[in-house]
Amino acid sequence: MFAYVLRRMAVAIPTLLLLIVLSFVLMHLAPGGPFTQERELPAQVLANLNAKYGLDQPLWRQIWNYLYGIVAHFDFGPSFVYPDRTVNQLIAEGFPVTLTYGALSFLFAVVVGVALGVVAAIRQNSFLDYLAVGISIGAQVLPNFVMAPILVLVFTLWCGLLPGGGWSFSDPRFWVMPVIALGTSYMASIARITRSSMLEVLGSNHIRTARAKGMPEHRVVIRHALKPALLPVISYLGPVFVSMITGSVVIDIYFSTGGIGKAFVDSALNRDYAVMMGVTILIGALTILFNLVVDILYAWIDPRIRY
Amino acid sequence: MALLAIDNLSIRFATNDGEVRAVNAVSLTIEAGETVGIVGESGSGKSQLAYAIMGLLARNGRAAGSVIFDGQDILNARPNVLNRIRAEKIAMIFQDPMTSLNPYMRVADQMAEVLVLHKGMGKRAAVAEAVRMLDAVRIPDARGRVRLYPHEFSGGMRQRVMIAMALLCRPRLLIADEPTTALDVTVQAQIMALLSDLQREFGMAMILITHDLGVVAGSCERVAVMYGGRIRETGPVGPLFRAPAHPYTQGLLHAIPRIDRTDDELAAIPGAPPNMTCPPPGCAFEPRCPCRREVCATDRPPLEGFAPGRARACFAPLADVRGHRETAAPTTPRGTGAHPPENRIVPVAAVAGAGMAATPGRLDDHD
Repeated sequence: MFAYVLRRMAVAIPTLLLLIVLSFVLMHLAPGGPFTQERELPAQVLANLNAKYGLDQPLWRQIWNYLYGIVAHFDFGPSFVYPDRTVNQLIAEGFPVTLTYGALSFLFAVVVGVALGVVAAIRQNSFLDYLAVGISIGAQVLPNFVMAPILVLVFTLWCGLLPGGGWSFSDPRFWVMPVIALGTSYMASIARITRSSMLEVLGSNHIRTARAKGMPEHRVVIRHALKPALLPVISYLGPVFVSMITGSVVIDIYFSTGGIGKAFVDSALNRDYAVMMGVTILIGALTILFNLVVDILYAWIDPRIRY
Repeated sequence: MALLAIDNLSIRFATNDGEVRAVNAVSLTIEAGETVGIVGESGSGKSQLAYAIMGLLARNGRAAGSVIFDGQDILNARPNVLNRIRAEKIAMIFQDPMTSLNPYMRVADQMAEVLVLHKGMGKRAAVAEAVRMLDAVRIPDARGRVRLYPHEFSGGMRQRVMIAMALLCRPRLLIADEPTTALDVTVQAQIMALLSDLQREFGMAMILITHDLGVVAGSCERVAVMYGGRIRETGPVGPLFRAPAHPYTQGLLHAIPRIDRTDDELAAIPGAPPNMTCPPPGCAFEPRCPCRREVCATDRPPLEGFAPGRARACFAPLADVRGHRETAAPTTPRGTGAHPPENRIVPVAAVAGAGMAATPGRLDDHD
């Protein structure tokens, strides 16, 4: 297992390298640049700016310098648009915010989703099942950009319970709406996957054996059915966790949370090359990491899997 | 009092294609320590009968009639009452040992939880007892292997684990639902010998559900032959096999390939089993029966005793059934239009696997 993890880490490095080179090239292929404005800058100013940020050099040299900066100094370069900020600073500011509401949201989606799915499966075709399926379909068809303003309307404007936006690490009232708005549709997907997978497992032979052993139904479900039923859920959760903790532009805009979701989209619109690359690498590295985590979890749950 | 008394048991399943009548008006008693075989082809209702005895019918299934085990009504028992009976008094082993054990748990944990649940034993003592039971089913190095997962055992060894797990609480009745069907022939014989030994050792009754007549001949005292969800013939193994009194039993026995006969063709019962969503009004075997008469298509023959310990459900006179003994196979069933194919290989799907282990010598042992 340890050798397997090392092997996967070794494969991760060229993967990440390929990701960096590809996004770098694609980014430069897109028309426009960080200093393209409606009113054109004087040629001399533009040339000076390009020289300052190294944009006058050939592309391979730019890539090389960029990679060297990352490997040697873990330096992702200065922002092209905010002259006094580095990418490291921007990510260090925004990522803890997205990580917090993303992870909480993930927890909410997994706990509620799995519970809903399990209840629906063990009470198949009952009122509870229909209620659970109804909730999850409702949650799925309600996108977060509809959900967010509805939450603000209800909890801020009508009830006056929660602040309508902003972020504070010390005041959980700021966390509630971003967590719900981001997590709801994931929660619905998790509930549906859990339900169908649980139904399949409950019909399998080894569950019949467990029942024949005289175990009460709730112990059959918890001890024998839950583990295998969660396997498909876990493979879904790997990529979902990454996309949740790297934030959502919708959440950042509606709730002014200041996470990196908005920073990422802004950087793409502004052609802020360095920020764009920084966030891309962050998401890429996390994706690789959590795919590995999913594979390890799989082997931990299913003893038949050997690497 | 009989250990298990099944009276007029019917099992229905509500499906999207209509109601499936899997088991109809079956009555059967099992005495303590007795071995009874239930024989029938796939879909004859024999497994559902077993599940009803355990209270394990699928959610869309409903049972009517009565199943009394040791004075306790099973069909109307509350779940917690049923859970005290399962594994503790009635245990069951299943057809497919590959999938019937939990692949995600060590054998030690799967076995120990039975004892923890029913006997209130501690984990350590329960595992020790599990090792003793694995020794009893002759798994070599039981102490080491108890730590393994099911996929690390061979098919025959897994079935031994299933048997050991079923016997942990020393049940009074063991239901074996096709225990050897998924195993290869040499392992089949070992498992059956093991089951017989253990049954004697533990003094428990056994219901052996199978489509393998050889297995029944080798280990049962009584046998009930099922077709279309009903018992067609029942009696002690020796007389029933030597002189079958129902055309279906006769067809089954006739379909066993015999090494002392030089027939080129495998004999089959022509036709296919009935569709149990709309069973025929008369005898379900009538379309395939070589002895059928007018009344068979409209009326259901009752199960009636005709000799001590024996009963059959057939309108044809006994002499008539026995007269067909040598000519039972070649008739073409009415309405199917099927003819034996030219290439002389006749499918024996109707009695798949029937009597792979059955040899004339073993049948004679019961004389």
